[in-house]
Amino acid sequence: MERIRERVIQIYGNLVSLLQKCIFCILSVGPIPNHIAFIMDGNRRFTKKCKLMEGAGHKIGFSALMSMLKYCYEFGVRYVTVYAFSIENFKRSPEEVQSLMDLMLEKIEEILKEQSIVNRYGVRVIFSGNLKLLSEPVRLAAERAMLATAKNSKAVLSICVAYTSTNEIMHAVQESCEEKWDEITLLNSSGAGYGLISLGGYEQDEMDHLIKLTDIEKHMYMAAAPDPDIIIRTSGETRLSNFLLWQSANCYLYSPSVLWPEIGFRQFLWAILNFQQIHFYLDKQRKQS
Amino acid sequence: MLSLRFAIPTANTLTPPKTKPKPGLVVQTAWNQTDLFPSLPKRYDYKLQAATTDLSVAGDITAEEVVELPAELRRELMPKHVAVIMDGNGRWARQKGLATSAGHEAGVKALRELIELCCQWGIQVLTVFAFSYENWIRPKVEVDFLMSLFERALKSEVESFSRGGIRISVIGDSTKLPTSLQKLINEVEESTKHNSRLQLIVAVSYSGKYDVVQACRSIAEKAKDGQIQLDDINESLIEQELETNCTEHPYPDLLIRTSGELRVSNFLLWQLAYTELFFAQELWPDFRKDEFVDALSSYQQRQRRYGGRH
Repeated sequence: MERIRERVIQIYGNLVSLLQKCIFCILSVGPIPNHIAFIMDGNRRFTKKCKLMEGAGHKIGFSALMSMLKYCYEFGVRYVTVYAFSIENFKRSPEEVQSLMDLMLEKIEEILKEQSIVNRYGVRVIFSGNLKLLSEPVRLAAERAMLATAKNSKAVLSICVAYTSTNEIMHAVQESCEEKWDEITLLNSSGAGYGLISLGGYEQDEMDHLIKLTDIEKHMYMAAAPDPDIIIRTSGETRLSNFLLWQSANCYLYSPSVLWPEIGFRQFLWAILNFQQIHFYLDKQRKQS
Repeated sequence: MLSLRFAIPTANTLTPPKTKPKPGLVVQTAWNQTDLFPSLPKRYDYKLQAATTDLSVAGDITAEEVVELPAELRRELMPKHVAVIMDGNGRWARQKGLATSAGHEAGVKALRELIELCCQWGIQVLTVFAFSYENWIRPKVEVDFLMSLFERALKSEVESFSRGGIRISVIGDSTKLPTSLQKLINEVEESTKHNSRLQLIVAVSYSGKYDVVQACRSIAEKAKDGQIQLDDINESLIEQELETNCTEHPYPDLLIRTSGELRVSNFLLWQLAYTELFFAQELWPDFRKDEFVDALSSYQQRQRRYGGRH
């Protein structure tokens, strides 16, 4: 009896999979987003709603993440970014922060395993953020994961930990200033930069030419990925919460009301359909800016 | 004749007539009252509220000023800074079979109404996205029309802004604007800089990314001059150098974008870190008091956590 039941579940699973593949085939006639970003909001509310143990919401949220990644990579989305842990989240209770760090450590080890999604789809994992703020074991695990997957090239998964967009921009500004400062110092020491400092009239122009938009962009933590095409934030909140502020200038913002552990194929499909509808207009805007 | 009026419409018969406008406010009746202010919908039960002490800190307002709030809105939850992306003028004109310029003129009327509501309801800063840096690629005819519309609107409103206690600041790359407009902007900013009832920030030729780039450049300049060390660069330093440093509340609490488009379009990127976003389906010229109340009431129901716990 048990075996028949298992068989039925297996057949059902295969049918669902086949149906999803068919839908993806139909959708790929239209434009496929290159980069999707997720703000995984609602884990704690899910725990409360389903009256689960503390931390269970985050664990279920992790499996929801795995399914969303599967849909993205099957559909052909090359870059996926997730907002795992904000710098502001360090303000939460130490127990919660510690349990999140432990969960992250556990999951990093898991994704490096042989049968994991990372190896199946050839995903390169990048940890974006101010990694110096993380505890030693987590930071080392993150660096190990980045090294282990560095050769993968089919897709990219950016996990934002200890990340806020304002921190990212500030860091990029700092790096750009330092880089230009080094350049000026080098020019000065070789004598060629004399005109940059002494002649008041030239100073401003040279400064203008020195720091450009591209200089700041190349120092961003997220420089390895293009701007996102869709940002999906669950649990119905419509705000960016300091996530990809710079990169979301012309990006489609979608906020379904489901909580993150409840997200599924339906929301993914809806986001893609809406994206395809406005894609041509957005593309034109982006080329002109 | 374009003019801003602070008089409460008496054409509406649902509420008793208000007290007289305070002396100094000129009640213009150039427009037919019923044209500009649609009659108040029956579902709102308006209550007259006496001004409380929170209004007395503003320069111009006397204690007798009565300010009404619709029943859904709570005074203590009103946002301090509201930002608006005024999208949809062109589409509105096309729908009505008019020229795009008519859409922009209708947009200015809607903006005037919004400014008045913000003044009445105690919102301290209103930032509007009038013209993006990316809009320069639009047809020259439209761009020239918009520039002349800004000039006309500024010239005609500067007096009423002064009387109404509204301070105007303009942010964006003003070097691309016509010289006459640049001069007018400087004059208006100068003449209204002491007003304190409402600060109206108009973003013209503005790009969120270039705001950050110019902040970065001024920081680099300061570092070169030795005023700051490179290690001192932190988030508040950048905040001080952004163009929104003209106000005490640079971060909007609520961003409203009309016409149903779900994106930010390079407006105030840094400042929108924890801003509640509200996307309205209506086109900008149709965004009136009811729709603004909807946006505010949605804002008031949200739980803002800033990354912390509930």
